[in-house]
Amino acid sequence: MRELIKMVIVLTVLSCFSGGLLAYINSATEDRIENMVLEFVKGPAVRKIFEGATNDPIKDRFQIKDGEIERTFFVGVIDGEPRGIAFETAGKGYGGDVGLMVGIDAKENKLLGVGVTTHAETPGMGARAQTDPGFAAQFRDISLADPIKVNQDGGTINAISGATITSRAVCSAATEANEIYNKFKDQIEDQLKNFNK
Amino acid sequence: MAKPLAQEFFKGLWDEVPPFRLVLGLCPVLAVTKSLYNGAGMGLATTFVLLCSNILVSSLRKVIPSKVRIACYIVIIATFVTIVEFMMKAFTYKLFMELGIFIPLIVVNCIVLGRAEAFASKNGVFRSLLDGLGIGIGFTLSLALLGSVRELLGTGALTFWKTATPIFPASYPKFSFMIEAPGAFVALGLLLCLMNLAGKK
Repeated sequence: MRELIKMVIVLTVLSCFSGGLLAYINSATEDRIENMVLEFVKGPAVRKIFEGATNDPIKDRFQIKDGEIERTFFVGVIDGEPRGIAFETAGKGYGGDVGLMVGIDAKENKLLGVGVTTHAETPGMGARAQTDPGFAAQFRDISLADPIKVNQDGGTINAISGATITSRAVCSAATEANEIYNKFKDQIEDQLKNFNK
Repeated sequence: MAKPLAQEFFKGLWDEVPPFRLVLGLCPVLAVTKSLYNGAGMGLATTFVLLCSNILVSSLRKVIPSKVRIACYIVIIATFVTIVEFMMKAFTYKLFMELGIFIPLIVVNCIVLGRAEAFASKNGVFRSLLDGLGIGIGFTLSLALLGSVRELLGTGALTFWKTATPIFPASYPKFSFMIEAPGAFVALGLLLCLMNLAGKK
């Protein structure tokens, strides 16, 4: 009996101590990790979308509260004016959520481009959505008034062969981005107007 | 157990160097040694975990009841591994992306648990510290060596810090087999063979 109590106490104390230590380290490194994720996971997609932008879109970002969550928007200065806006959405892929960075030209209401940030799709198949430049290029300059769909669903996007589900996920994420953009249009435009001041 | 203290440290560098002599913990050894930088990074992460868990296990060895000792060791090891994971994410994110799943997998690395069970639970704190440090450095050097051999033959360059430094002239035909998975087995086998030849008396 005594041994049983000792086992319980030792394990409990050890686990509590471990939990407390990890909670402290988590809170101490949270901000740095967030910056690293911005730089290495979202950064490459954002920079690709705003190719030729004259500012650093990773630094020039703002946040808008959407219900419970805070959405981060990246601003791109194109042709001397802040008209590019990029943010992340997600679509349901074959192996879980496909994170998509979507760039929108706020002046002409068209897509600037998309880039897959995080995914768990099959290597060599769905994963090509991230690496195949031809696939992403199809999203450039699509007007926001047009539906964003793959060929099979009556749209204009050629799905990656063998990865229709992933291609659909990218399209639905882009469509969702369009909805979010319309929902916060006024706030985004305010932010862009105040950008240089 | 009256071995001189220095021997506890130095045995990890040659007599009991983990991947070559004990042939333990081969999963990260084969998987992450695509380059010198990756190998050394993985080795240092494991050394930190090994050192901290050895110290803690040996200082708690009289408190931990023997029936739940493995559970206690796992809690201790997992805590330090998670700390390493946070630190890598915060400071060397690129390396973290390269090593990926193999960082959390240090928890089940049999070297770490093996040293806790076979050494730290029976020896004093200072001895366990030396043991952990020796085995850890031995592991790091082995991974770095294997990583260098594979990277050098595979790409003709070595990554010391973040970017690759060319070692061979540009005309070197890249033997990319070496940086793929089968190359890991071949390189490890050849190094094991050389170690055994050199250790033969």
